[in-house]
Amino acid sequence: MAQHTRKGAKEQALTANRLIDGVVVYLTADGKLSESLQDAEVAEGKEAAEALLTRATPFVDANEIIEPYLFAVELEDGRIRAVSVRETIRQAGPTVRLDLGKQAELADVHG
Amino acid sequence: MKLIKNGKFVEQDFVAVGADDALPDGAVIVPLERWEAERDSLITRNTPIGVKLESGQHPERIREDLDHFSVVALDFPIYRNGRAYSYARLLRDRYGYEGEVRAVGNVLQDQFYFMVRCGFDALEVQDKITPEVFEQSVGAFTYAYQPAADDRPTVMSLRHRLAARADEARAAAD
Amino acid sequence: MYRYDEFDHSLVKERVEQFRGQVARRLDGDITEDEFKPIRLMNGLYLQLHAYMLRVAVPYGTLSSKQLRKLADIARKYDRGYGHFTTRQNLQYNWPALKDVPAILDELASVEMHCIQTSGNCIRNVTSDQYAGAAKDEVEDPRIISEVIRQWSTFHPEFSFLPRKFKIAVSGTEADRAAIKVHDIGIQIVTNDKGEVGYQVYVGGGLGRTPMIGKKIGDFVPKADLLAYLEAVMRVYNMNGRRDNLYKSRIKILVHEIGAEEMQRQVEEEFAEIRKTGALNLPQDEIDRIKAYFADPAFEDLSDDAAELDAAIAADKGFAHWVKNNTAAHKKPGYAIVNISLKPIGGTPGDCSADQMDAVAALAEKYSFDELRVTHEQNLTLAHVRKADLKAVYDALKAADLATANVNLITDQIACPGLDYCNLANARSIPIAQEISNRFADIERQHDIGELKINTSGCINACGHHHVGHIGILGVDKKGVEYYQVTLGGSADENTAIGDILGPAFTEQEIPDAIEKIVKIYLDTRQDGERFIDTYRRVGIQPFKENVYEAH
Ligand code: HEM
Ligand code: SF4
Repeated sequence: MAQHTRKGAKEQALTANRLIDGVVVYLTADGKLSESLQDAEVAEGKEAAEALLTRATPFVDANEIIEPYLFAVELEDGRIRAVSVRETIRQAGPTVRLDLGKQAELADVHG
Repeated sequence: MKLIKNGKFVEQDFVAVGADDALPDGAVIVPLERWEAERDSLITRNTPIGVKLESGQHPERIREDLDHFSVVALDFPIYRNGRAYSYARLLRDRYGYEGEVRAVGNVLQDQFYFMVRCGFDALEVQDKITPEVFEQSVGAFTYAYQPAADDRPTVMSLRHRLAARADEARAAAD
Repeated sequence: MYRYDEFDHSLVKERVEQFRGQVARRLDGDITEDEFKPIRLMNGLYLQLHAYMLRVAVPYGTLSSKQLRKLADIARKYDRGYGHFTTRQNLQYNWPALKDVPAILDELASVEMHCIQTSGNCIRNVTSDQYAGAAKDEVEDPRIISEVIRQWSTFHPEFSFLPRKFKIAVSGTEADRAAIKVHDIGIQIVTNDKGEVGYQVYVGGGLGRTPMIGKKIGDFVPKADLLAYLEAVMRVYNMNGRRDNLYKSRIKILVHEIGAEEMQRQVEEEFAEIRKTGALNLPQDEIDRIKAYFADPAFEDLSDDAAELDAAIAADKGFAHWVKNNTAAHKKPGYAIVNISLKPIGGTPGDCSADQMDAVAALAEKYSFDELRVTHEQNLTLAHVRKADLKAVYDALKAADLATANVNLITDQIACPGLDYCNLANARSIPIAQEISNRFADIERQHDIGELKINTSGCINACGHHHVGHIGILGVDKKGVEYYQVTLGGSADENTAIGDILGPAFTEQEIPDAIEKIVKIYLDTRQDGERFIDTYRRVGIQPFKENVYEAH
């Protein structure tokens, strides 16, 4: 897993997979899970990021999500953009099947 | 930790001692190194003795001494480390050891079946394990394809038995 | 084909019930993910980038029409209408929900299929030659012994927690279509000077981070002793394989560290002991019983003269190309082996839609004795087609977009899922294969280039067999950017070789041009009748090194 966390990244969001169906989700500011990266809470700095991780724990304990982790994002024109290719693909769907994944299901996703 | 022997939950009967622990009275399980170092004095004790092999300790090292042991405990440092399955089979199939072979360490419920087939007759399990869980896990499969240290007939032998019976029936009908 | 009896059915059914209980316990929160993960992995259920992935075993790559139709049904009902055939002759679904998996396993069990041991550190699905039972020079059908091994290895109590995964491949012909020398154990069926059939055994092959070619340690293992011999290899490995480092835990590292001779000595010693007990002796009547399942289908007595076929070939250029590339010689006169390419120009190697699965199932039923094969090069094979039916098969394949006439040509590429699906990837693989495919789409040009295998993996795990591609492409991650390293001269056949690194890695944009240059150097250098790999073996890497990076 070469690409997910970049040490020293300033802005990070938290992602995980939903236990029951594996769907990729993001932790939101109001303490919910969303399928869209655009709803993700963006944590600035190390402390905020750690707090984000801590806030994912109850969802793990409640068996709602698995394998939560932080990844680097950037804010661009008010939109959240994943920094790595990996996370960009994860929030959208396979680049070779644009008819599948979030890019096909959610309104506000682009690669 | 709970102890299951031949399918029954029983009280702990042996004390597992470390390399430098004082030896209590009564039955003990000692690490291999301690057995090797203190063999002569351990033999003179009048209580049952067991030895514990770590994952890298081949049972060949105790082969000559097996008569002295009531228990050979084989350690699973992590469930993924499956060396002890082979050790158990060697103890049973090759060395003919008939004492207790005990699984200790990271022993998970979904492995009981495999362990019992390899010749473990005692398992040290997590506290949450109940007799029902144990039964279910060990009884997961009615048939087994391959021979192991238990005396289950293999699927191959069952097929041949069926075929032979069919032949007999045919012969009788003739 | 092998058919389950009550014992096989019982084992698979009990496994489904066991997993159903485990999934329920997980969803109820009775067990944690840490406890569940090894369990789901033992049932072929991974977590990938976007969702779960379920890997279905296709034992030695053989499927009935009914089974393929079931795979299509499952793809529609529980997945997104397609599946991915892998280099291990299996099928992967990319989007199943955990809650549906027990139901999927039920459906699979209803057609004698399962996901047992398609993951985890156990003996995996045994792979074999897709031409089994149809190849001309076959010593014996490799599926017979593959089935014996399948049964012996299923839920093997001693070998379910090996240091690492374990892959066995079997070939019954001298031409190796099963890549046996890059498997943990490769089995070559041979005849000795007394005319008896037995097995040559290679151990310690593998790809991944440290690619190695298997070493022959068993020269002639008699039939009755094969399982005893395999058990000996497994036991030596289980007790001595490294468990301290994931990357050093495959049997290839053990063989490398102690040497092939010492490995052979230990195996022989263990083998002698196991053999003494007789418990694993394989009686001839058991072999015969399984052999009966793989008896020749009811071939007709046909002549090889095919005037009609010749006429059809002359009349249709597309058909002519297809016959030339996608069919192979059959042992029976009047029959041919048909390869169905899952590599449409610009497509995803190995992907097959549910509708295509149905179309192939119908063809297998009508024209190939109800049975088909998955190849380790991610294609499908109809093993026994009458030459007189080739045109009808071609037309039907064409209607299903399955008639790409490129088998063994430059666009018949192997590619792993890569970063588009895989959790472990460094870079994407599929788009690279697609770009190359588009670049070389012209079929006349592909013919001119001839046999050339390009294999791409998205990381060092080498699921895409890049080490043994004539041209291998490996995705690497340089500071968050995808780069691709190129190797030349690999081969997975009877002359197995690991490719040599060409030089610095390329970007995604540079790759098609780099491949183009490599091909040009080959075309300029080749002598009469030389394939790419022959030229490479003659001239080595130097001319390629010198010219590919020129004026870069
Ligand atoms: C997407 C999920 C997949 C994951 C997580 C995965 C994981 C891995 C890993 C970790 C290895 C390296 C093992 C080692 O060297 O010890 C490996 C090797 C391999 N995988 Fe996969 N793989 C995946 C998909 C596939 C697919 C789709 C194929 C077939 C196209 C495949 C076929 C292979 C093969 C042939 C090897 C190398 C064989 C060897 O080293 O002996 N895998 N895989
Ligand atoms: S080679 Fe790497 S990227 Fe490709 S499927 Fe295997 S693990 Fe994933």
